[in-house]
Amino acid sequence: MEIKLNINGIDKLIDVKPHEFLVEVLRENGYLGVKKGCETGNCGLCTILIDDQPILSCSYLAVRAVGKKIETIEGLQEEATEIGAHLVDEGVDQCGYCSPGLVMNIIGMRRELENPTPEEARHYLTNNLCRCTGYVGQYRAIKRILGVAENDESC
Amino acid sequence: MMKAVKKSLQKIDGMGLVTGKPVYTDDLAPKDCLIVKCLRSPHAFAKIKDIKIDRALKVPGIECVLTWKDLPRIPYTRAGASFPEPSSYDTYILDEYVRFIGDEVAIIAGTDEETVDKAIKMIKVDYEVYEPVIDFENAIDHPSVIHPDYENYETLIPIHPDFERNITCEFEYDLGDVDKAFEESDIVFEQRTYNQAQEHAMMETYRTYTYKDMHGRLVIVSSTQVPYHVRRTVARSLGLTADQVRVIKPRIGGGFGGKQSLATEFFPAAVTMKTGKPAKIIYTRDETTLCSTTRHRMRIDVKMGANKDGMITGIDMEVLSDQGAYGEHSKTTMGPAGYKTIPLYNKADGYRFHGYTVYTNLPVAGAFRGFGVTQGIFALESAVNRLAHELGMDPTVIREKNMLREGETSMGFNLSTVGGDQEPAQVAESCGLHEALQRGKELIGWDEKYPGKQIAPNKYMGVGVALSMQGSGIPRVDSASVTVKFQEQGFFTLLLGAADIGTGSDTILRQIAADAIGVSEDRIRVYSADTDVTPFDVGAYASSTTYVSGNAAKEAGKLAREALFREAARVLKVDEDKLDFDGDVFVYQDDSEVKITLEDLGNKLTYGSTQHQIEVTGSYVPQKAASPYMACFVEVIVDTETGEVEVPNLVGVVDCGTPINPKLARVQTEGGMIQGLGLAIMEKVEYDSRGRFINSSLMEYKIPARDDMRTNVQVEFTDTYEPTGPYGAKSIGEVVLNPVPPAVQEAIYNACGIWLLELPMTPECIIKALKEKEEKEKKEA
Repeated sequence: MEIKLNINGIDKLIDVKPHEFLVEVLRENGYLGVKKGCETGNCGLCTILIDDQPILSCSYLAVRAVGKKIETIEGLQEEATEIGAHLVDEGVDQCGYCSPGLVMNIIGMRRELENPTPEEARHYLTNNLCRCTGYVGQYRAIKRILGVAENDESC
Repeated sequence: MMKAVKKSLQKIDGMGLVTGKPVYTDDLAPKDCLIVKCLRSPHAFAKIKDIKIDRALKVPGIECVLTWKDLPRIPYTRAGASFPEPSSYDTYILDEYVRFIGDEVAIIAGTDEETVDKAIKMIKVDYEVYEPVIDFENAIDHPSVIHPDYENYETLIPIHPDFERNITCEFEYDLGDVDKAFEESDIVFEQRTYNQAQEHAMMETYRTYTYKDMHGRLVIVSSTQVPYHVRRTVARSLGLTADQVRVIKPRIGGGFGGKQSLATEFFPAAVTMKTGKPAKIIYTRDETTLCSTTRHRMRIDVKMGANKDGMITGIDMEVLSDQGAYGEHSKTTMGPAGYKTIPLYNKADGYRFHGYTVYTNLPVAGAFRGFGVTQGIFALESAVNRLAHELGMDPTVIREKNMLREGETSMGFNLSTVGGDQEPAQVAESCGLHEALQRGKELIGWDEKYPGKQIAPNKYMGVGVALSMQGSGIPRVDSASVTVKFQEQGFFTLLLGAADIGTGSDTILRQIAADAIGVSEDRIRVYSADTDVTPFDVGAYASSTTYVSGNAAKEAGKLAREALFREAARVLKVDEDKLDFDGDVFVYQDDSEVKITLEDLGNKLTYGSTQHQIEVTGSYVPQKAASPYMACFVEVIVDTETGEVEVPNLVGVVDCGTPINPKLARVQTEGGMIQGLGLAIMEKVEYDSRGRFINSSLMEYKIPARDDMRTNVQVEFTDTYEPTGPYGAKSIGEVVLNPVPPAVQEAIYNACGIWLLELPMTPECIIKALKEKEEKEKKEA
C-alpha cells in the first residue's frame, strides 16, 4: 500500500506493507542514519523523532506515522553536528553505532525538557545502550551539552 | 613542530559517525542483494537423516537453498588467527551433524525477507536426536561423542585434541619445582572459581554482504576484526584460493573479540558463488547471541603456597574450559589464563599449569576482550586476596612484596615468546605496577577505607583491589604492515590493514606515522582496510594494534622520511645530508634560497620528468611480550537486605606505556572497566538443561545501562615508557577489563564477609551467601 509520510519536512509517497515498522521503511528509503541493534525495543539505536518526541522506530508501524512529522538525523544535521562535536571531543564516538540514536534522543530531550539536570538527562537517555564507553565519557559530553561544568559537584 | 603523539586528537571518523553517515556494512550493501538466512537446529545434538527442500525451492522469489550436501566438505576453523591456526579444523559451512541449538542446517536466499522466512518454514528435516553434553564438567568421556566424524579434521599446531573424549585441546607447563615449593611453604591453600559465559553485545550485530566483481572474484564486505583471516578462511571453506577473494572492512559497530571469529561471512559467500548474485545476511540480536561466540566459561583451581611473611612460593593452576560445539580459539584462550597472569608474581620458586578445553553441545565460545586472561586474573587475583586474608595482611602489601617490578624477569614471559624452558627469561623493560598500586590507593582512599565498615542499618561499604596484565600482540606470531604513499600537493595516504572497530586505531596510527615522517597529521589521509589494497595486518585482536601496527606505522613513516629527503635532494640537485626539513619545507643548509615546499615536491614527484612515486611499507613482527599492567581499586556498598551491590567508586591506574592518544586511551579504559563490572555483577549467558539459551535478547541479557552507571570512574596512566614500543607505547584494549571482577569480589568480602567464588556476583548469590554465613555463625555459636 502507498502512504504519504512527511520525512524531514518533505512529503513522500512510499510503498509499505501494513505490518512494516518505520525503521525498515526509513532504511529502505535511504535514511541510513537510523540503525537497528535488537528486535525487542531495548537498544535505542533506531531512535527518531515523531512530532518532536523521540520514539523507537523499530516498534512503530510505518502506517501509524501518516500525518505526523517524522525527523531523522539526516534532517537535523546542524543540531547533530553541534551535539556530536561534544561526543567526539570526549572521544566517546568510539564505534559510533549507538551515536545517531543517542544524538536523536538528546535532540528530543531538549525539545521536551527545559534545562534538565545531568541526572534527569541520564535517566531520560537510559534506553540508549552503548557497549564501548560504559557511559562514563558520554556523561561528561552530556554535561557539556547541557552547559554544566565538568567539576560541578551538584551533578 | 607540534608532535602528534600524546595529543588527545579527535577520532578522524568521529564526526561522520555521530552525524549518522552511511558507513557501516548494511548501509553500503547494494539494494538488489539477495537476502540470506539460515535454518537452525532445534536440537543440541543430532544428525540430519533427511532434509527436503523441494517445497522451499518452489516459493516464488527463492534463489537457492543449500544443505550440507551442496557445499564442499572442507573442514576449517572460524577462529580468526594467523596461519597456521592453533585451532583444529573441525567445522564445515554446513554439516550433517548439528551440535548446538542454533547450529546451521540450511542456507536460504531469496529476493526479500518475507520470501525467505516463508521458505525456511517449508524445509523439512528429519533428525536423529542424541543425548547432548551440556555440563562441561562432565564432558570428558561423556557417552556422547560430539565430533565422532573427525577423520577428515586437521590440527596444524599440536594442541592435543582428543575428539573421542570430547577434548578440544590440552595444554600444560611446569616451571621451577612447584611441588618442592609447596612442601617448603608455611601455608598452602586451594580455591576453585568459576566464571560465566559472557556476551559481547556489540551494538552492530554480525553482518556480511558479498558480490562478484567484473572479473568474477568474490568480494566480501563484512563487519569483521580480521579481514585477512576472513579472506583465507572463506576461500578455504569454499575450495577457492586467496586470489579469488577480496575482503573489505567498512566502519565496524563494535567487536570486543566477537568479530575475531568468522560468523556470517560463509553464508552469503556460498550464495554468491552459487548464484553469481550479490547477497547479504544480517544477524538478529538472537542470532548474534546464539550463533556466534561467547566468553569461555572456565573452572579454575588455584593452589598457592606462601610463607608467613607473605612471599608467594608456588602457583599451580588447573583449568577446565567450556568450548561449546566447535573448537575456535581453544588453546589460545586457555593458555593465557596462566602465562599472561603468573608473570605478575615473578618471585615464586615454581609454577605449574594444566588445562583441558572441552567440547559441549552449547553455543561456541571464542575470543572476547581479555581472551582467557580475564578468567585467569579472576582466579589468580582472587587467590592472592584470599592469601592476604589467610595471613592477616593488607592485600596491597602482599602485592608490593610479590609483584613484578620494572627491570625484573619472569619465567612466565618466555611461554608466550620463545617457549617456557628457554633461557634467559625476558626482562620487563617497562612495568608501572608499583606506581599504579600506590596511585590507585590514593585515588580510592585505601588507607582510610580498607577494609570497610557498616554505613547504614543494612548497608556495608568495602574496598577491593586487583592487578592485571595482558600482552601487546603475540610475539613471533602477530604481524602488521603499514604503507605510506606521498601524493601531489604534498599530502600522504596511510594505508592500513589494521581493523579499526571503534578503538580509534586509524587515528592513533596516523599520529604515529605523522611523527615518524615529521609532518603534521593534517597532511595524512587514512584508508583501511581492503585486502586488495592495504598491506597485511593480522587484525584487531590480542591487544596488538597500537604496539604491532604502531611499530609498523613508525617504520613506514621513517622510510617515507628517508625517501622524501632523497627525492627533495634529487629535485633540488643538492646533497641530501645538507637538507633541513621543518615538516613543510626542505631547505638547503648552504643556501636558504634553495628550497622546496612539500606541496611543490608532491607535484614534482607526481608529474613530468621528475615523477617518482614514494610508496613505502613498514612491517613489524613483535619479539617481546611487552605487557601492559594495571592496578584496579573498587569501592562497593552491599545492601544486605536486597543483595544489591552499588559501586560508587572505580579506579584504574594503567601502565600502557606512552598513551598515544590519552583521550582515547582513557575512554577505552572506562568502557573496559564497565564491561568488566558487567562481568562481575550482572551479565550471564544462561542455558536450560537441554542447552537452550534462555536470555538471548537484550531484554533478558542485561548489559550495564546508563541508569545503572552511577559510578565515579577515575582513570590515570603511569609514567612508563616501553623501549620496544612505538614512541614508548604498549597496548590498552584488554588489560583494563580483567581486574574488575576480583577487585569487586574482594570489596564485597570486605563489606560483608562473604567470599563469592562464582561470577556474576548477583543479588541472589549475595543473599544466599549471607544466609549461609548467618547459619554457619549460628551453628558455631
